[in-house]
Amino acid sequence: MDLGYLSTLLVWGATTAYAIALVAFALDLARRAEILGREREDARVAAATRDETVVADFVGVNRSVVIDRPGTVVGPGGYLPGRALSIAMSTTTVGLLLHVAGAVLRGVAAGRVPWANMYEFSMIGTLAAVVTFRVLCLRRDVRFLGTLVLGVVVVGLGLGLTAFYVPAGGLEPALQSYWLVIHVSIATIATGMFSVSAAASVLQLLKDSWENNSTSLAHPRWALLESLPSARALEALAFRITAVGFVLWTFTVMAGAVWAEHAWARYWGWDPKEVWSFIVWVVYAAYLHARTTRGWSGRRAAWFVLAGFATIIFNFTAVNLLLHGKHSYSGLDTGS
Amino acid sequence: MSEEQTPADTVPRTGPADRVDPGDRGVAPVLPDLGLRGTARWVWRQLTSMRVALMLLMTLAVVSVPGSVFPQRPQDPASVARFLRNNPVGGRWLDRLGFFDVYGSVWFSAVYLLLFLSLVGCILPRLWLHVTAFRARPPRAPRRFERFEVHTEIVTDASPQEVLASATRALRGGAARLRGFRVDLGTEPDGARTLAAERGSLRESGNILFHLALLGLLVAIASGQLLHYRGQAIVVEGRGFANSPSDYDTFETGTAFRQGSLVPFSLTLDRFDAEFDAASKPTTFQADVTLREADGSTRTDYILVNRPLDAGGAKVYLQGNGYAPQVTVRDAAGNVAFAGAVPFLPKDASYRSEGVIKVPDVTSGDQIGLVGSLLPTAVAEGGGFFSAYPQPGNPLLVLQVWRGDLGLDTGIPQNVYQLDSAAMTQVKGADAAPVTLLVEEGATVELPDGLGTVSFDALPRFAAFDLRYDPSLPWAASFAGCALLGLALSLFTPRRRLWLRVRAGEGEHAGRTVVAGAALARTDDAGLAAELDRVLDAVGPQDEGQDRWTSAI
Repeated sequence: MDLGYLSTLLVWGATTAYAIALVAFALDLARRAEILGREREDARVAAATRDETVVADFVGVNRSVVIDRPGTVVGPGGYLPGRALSIAMSTTTVGLLLHVAGAVLRGVAAGRVPWANMYEFSMIGTLAAVVTFRVLCLRRDVRFLGTLVLGVVVVGLGLGLTAFYVPAGGLEPALQSYWLVIHVSIATIATGMFSVSAAASVLQLLKDSWENNSTSLAHPRWALLESLPSARALEALAFRITAVGFVLWTFTVMAGAVWAEHAWARYWGWDPKEVWSFIVWVVYAAYLHARTTRGWSGRRAAWFVLAGFATIIFNFTAVNLLLHGKHSYSGLDTGS
Repeated sequence: MSEEQTPADTVPRTGPADRVDPGDRGVAPVLPDLGLRGTARWVWRQLTSMRVALMLLMTLAVVSVPGSVFPQRPQDPASVARFLRNNPVGGRWLDRLGFFDVYGSVWFSAVYLLLFLSLVGCILPRLWLHVTAFRARPPRAPRRFERFEVHTEIVTDASPQEVLASATRALRGGAARLRGFRVDLGTEPDGARTLAAERGSLRESGNILFHLALLGLLVAIASGQLLHYRGQAIVVEGRGFANSPSDYDTFETGTAFRQGSLVPFSLTLDRFDAEFDAASKPTTFQADVTLREADGSTRTDYILVNRPLDAGGAKVYLQGNGYAPQVTVRDAAGNVAFAGAVPFLPKDASYRSEGVIKVPDVTSGDQIGLVGSLLPTAVAEGGGFFSAYPQPGNPLLVLQVWRGDLGLDTGIPQNVYQLDSAAMTQVKGADAAPVTLLVEEGATVELPDGLGTVSFDALPRFAAFDLRYDPSLPWAASFAGCALLGLALSLFTPRRRLWLRVRAGEGEHAGRTVVAGAALARTDDAGLAAELDRVLDAVGPQDEGQDRWTSAI
């Protein structure tokens, strides 16, 4: 059998496993909502029979609970990780193994590193996101991120396999450089990390609204937010991942400049890809500044992470497909 | 987490949150008259505030966008001209506002210059504070350790003296002194010995290094712009060029360019290799060249797309390639009016190339212009031809003939790839359709109207070389490296404070030593509790006190 074909099959397999994991992660969230929602309701009814003020106190206390360390995920609502979560984690691991095998075979089939066109960028970027998530899970309990991270991963891989797919092939002269190994791999890894930090920031924003008793989160299903760490802890998590991603992105831009100097006779030429990589960098730099500016930390800073992720996605999709520049390496015929 | 004030945070804070932020002080309904100096100071403090820096960063991101949407004159003047032709009114306004040279426009420059000014105004005072803070002692041990999230108490058999000595050793670290704590020992009025330790000043050092390196990078880039020169030459196999402005097709320099940086070497293109896969995708471009250095020595080398050649302090890059059909045109009298290789510019992946053969030197009669295409592997299809493959499998020139005045004597520079047909007429056949000549490699074809003949003798390739000299490159690279290092230090160096209070034990611990410890992180820090544990483990044999409770945030 053709190795390139086998690689594609494996990546399809990984996508399927991730999709199953995604469903299981979502079921886990639903279960959290159900258990915690019920407990809250019971507590409210019980308290209401006693004293009105106790209800307010209870809710106030309830909402500031911090759950953080692996193995101790027990909220006041009594949430304990169930079977859905373990199924989700093990299918994620199966998907990850298939994903790695698919990426390696792709490299063998093409006789080069497997990140030289948009399909391969999607494959490696999502791989980086899953690895980041898995590694984080080893160090602390961030399994609640699974739904968002795998959601992004399944969409990314699905698009890659359907819209961006090209068969494994050789490299055009412009890409025949060891900088392909360095610059592009670090860029895709950074993209993967930014996906995870964006997921953390989304949850931070939700949890923050929850902690401030937002009326839009009044529906019982949002009770699942109770089982998440505090907005403060989520902010710290998003920051740590973004910080690593930002350093990697800085390196990406610099390595790209060195490569451009080698290949295109100038290190910076405001090519659309360069412009948008610069914008990505500036937005995340603004995030780091916002965090330490009074009145801008917390919620507002989290929006910067999301804006940064939006520019990352734009840089990867629209800039590759719509704006024609020197970085025309999608491998697709876009009519340029 | 953001750097919130904590009870023990008593020393002056040097973090970014320190930037003066007048916006937070409430706005008075009637502003007092500040006077000129007062206003200037107010503007300066606004400019160097974190909030304005943040606004400027966001503005920088936004004003960068148009440059990726509209064609830019420095990169692609032809597309700008096309845009202006298609959008005469809107285009003119966009042009006036600088949208076709965004990164050289007044507004873009204003944003980044203000940003750098703000950076200088912020970083210099911080640099001063940081230098003075280096000699500052760690803050004294606070009264109550129970207020800290990470605190613990142990009982050990080691004497207070030994405890302090081993803790200090563990905190200062061995050879890696930079990463260790600064330690300060003291004695409290009631006789308790204290240890105060602080680490993480590298965080601020890295932060300052990063910002100063950005400044250096800006200066390096600007000086490169001033000192550089750049030439572009299209060279046919067997030919060459000398490093002199007159030998380049285009040549531009920075405003501070010195003639001395133009080292007189010359380069000959011996051979150009191009290989393609079955789908016409290129797999190899290689230019074999001979370089004659300024001192007369020669060497052979090769240039690839990702492997420029160092020559005379500059670099020669391979930027393009194509075919330059070798043709001979004889005029009506049979004299050779033109003989040479004419570069045709490739237009698609199969190297269908377009070009013009201009023949001004006819002995009598009209000048001749031959306009058309070169098809490397010509295949007939529906009365026309297309090129099936980029390699020369069946080269064919498809030419149309113009006669008249080429306009080369007017002194106005002409585009060599375009025919100025203002004073020329196209030669047409009996059916009033333009005459099309098909010339295969090695063939000679009669020109219509008895103008003469054209021969397609051979098909050499050409290479397009870019030569760039920029003395600022090593500087720019060094500053970029410093910026990266500073950034990593400023983001990943934990800032921790740690205190111990050591007393002789009483009651059930009589004769032993009670060590209380607390630790505080200035930022979110998962390793804080482990650090305190590490120090206490180093103190000596111990058993747990009733109050051993450590946890990470």
